[in-house]
Amino acid sequence: MSVSTGSTSGDATVGITAIPEVSRRFPESEHGHLEDLRDDPIDLLHRVRDECGDIGRFRLADRDVVLVTGAEANEAFFRAPDEILDQAAAYPFMTPIFGKGVVFDTTPEQRQEALKNQALKGEMMRGHAATIENEINQMVAGWGEEGEIDLLAFFAELTIYTTSACLIGMPFRSELDGRFAEYYHELERGTDALAYVDPYMEGVESFEIRDAARLKLVDLVQAIIDKRHVRGKVAREDRDLLDILISLKNEDGTDHFTADQITGMFISMMFAGHHTSSGTAAWTLIELLRNPSVMAGIVAELDDLYADGSEVSFQALRSIPNLEATLKETLRLHPPLILLLRVAQEEFEIGGHVLPAGTMVGSSPRVSNRIAEDFPDPDAFDPGRYLDPNQADLQNRWTWIPFGAGKHRCVGNAFAMMQLKAIFSVLLRDYTFEMTQPSESYADDTSKMVIQLASPAKVRYRKRRPDVEPVETR
Amino acid sequence: MPVKVTADLELCQGHQMCQFEAPEVFGLNDAEDKVVLLDETPPEDLRPQVLQAIKYCPAMALSLED
Repeated sequence: MSVSTGSTSGDATVGITAIPEVSRRFPESEHGHLEDLRDDPIDLLHRVRDECGDIGRFRLADRDVVLVTGAEANEAFFRAPDEILDQAAAYPFMTPIFGKGVVFDTTPEQRQEALKNQALKGEMMRGHAATIENEINQMVAGWGEEGEIDLLAFFAELTIYTTSACLIGMPFRSELDGRFAEYYHELERGTDALAYVDPYMEGVESFEIRDAARLKLVDLVQAIIDKRHVRGKVAREDRDLLDILISLKNEDGTDHFTADQITGMFISMMFAGHHTSSGTAAWTLIELLRNPSVMAGIVAELDDLYADGSEVSFQALRSIPNLEATLKETLRLHPPLILLLRVAQEEFEIGGHVLPAGTMVGSSPRVSNRIAEDFPDPDAFDPGRYLDPNQADLQNRWTWIPFGAGKHRCVGNAFAMMQLKAIFSVLLRDYTFEMTQPSESYADDTSKMVIQLASPAKVRYRKRRPDVEPVETR
Repeated sequence: MPVKVTADLELCQGHQMCQFEAPEVFGLNDAEDKVVLLDETPPEDLRPQVLQAIKYCPAMALSLED
């Protein structure tokens, strides 16, 4: 690796202005490229690489953002320790969502500890798979023979139930209904990049909706807490995370956590796994409908897999090569997070430039995932890239980065893949789907930092008829 | 030709998926919560399991060196 981090080498260029700055589509804006980012972030990010190369720069409010792409610079970015490139200050739009006092991101040690103790560990996956299968079955239980669904609403609600059930616990999940998903969605819509100027800016409608939605979530959680107090203690094995949190008392006997703090913790726990999984599920179905031969191959793969009546919760933990390849290719083309950011805590050298402390540094999954040298015909949907022995993901560990990379690589990625395998095992086993609007009209709404499917994004479903057995006429 | 398995401990997140795929090759350092290579040059007949472990490592911390 020729890109060094930390200490300064002799031939590096000191100073940020030596890094080329990308052009502006809104030269009148007083906040640098903020309007470019709000209007069309994908265009901005691609333009940085096109105009500036592996290291380019744009202005976000009063800060420089150095955007790196390509394997070498990405590796330096993703390997940099937290003391040098910190995440916490990079996402100011999250603070009002989680609430004051709820830390955005824990230290790697705490994350390691959390992983060790619970939810996302390999051995927990079996139980999660069964939980997820159950949630999908409930969601489709009222579907009937045929009908229409909105992909955003459907998958956003489903993934609220799966993440809450798996991360907080079934008793909490069973208290939730569509309102929780609705308010949660309003929080996600509150991630306007204007937060880089001021996350509490007056007169911004999406911020007002965000703050009102958070209060409504606190009310829902408070009502659940009140019910728990009325119900009293339950046996240890029936407790969930909420029971544990409300049992913690201060020395004077008062509650250690308020409903507001608990809600903030739950929001933050669910955040990473919610819009990401929801969006990926929706895009997977859209890509399958756009590519009927891939769809046919996967339906055949699943039919074969489940021909013996095996359980979804069993198979979702195992290899399903074609479906996995399709999920990976969907993630490459439609990464839920298009820009990953850090703030340099001290001088940081990357790609021959020394960046001063306080510089924001970013890496873009959207741009890196489509580098033509690594992914030939980069805009084409081709799951064959991942089938043995191609393995485009493993061959390009620093540019195939829908889950990020390095020490902060999404700890939930195995959970996410399992969940998606379970979702499509159920949906494609029992239903066929078709588009109800022009293929190109399915698109992302990129006006917020949390990208979501643009409305409408509807599809029709029809229950599959079991293959009719040949009737014997003797 | 024997192949060598490598683990990048800076990237390992202690998911322990590799132990599930190939317990003869991958173990756990409990104190560090990181993978331990029990056999850096596993026999050819374990190759499929080792490849599965590499493919499904959630941290992309494992690789093969020929």
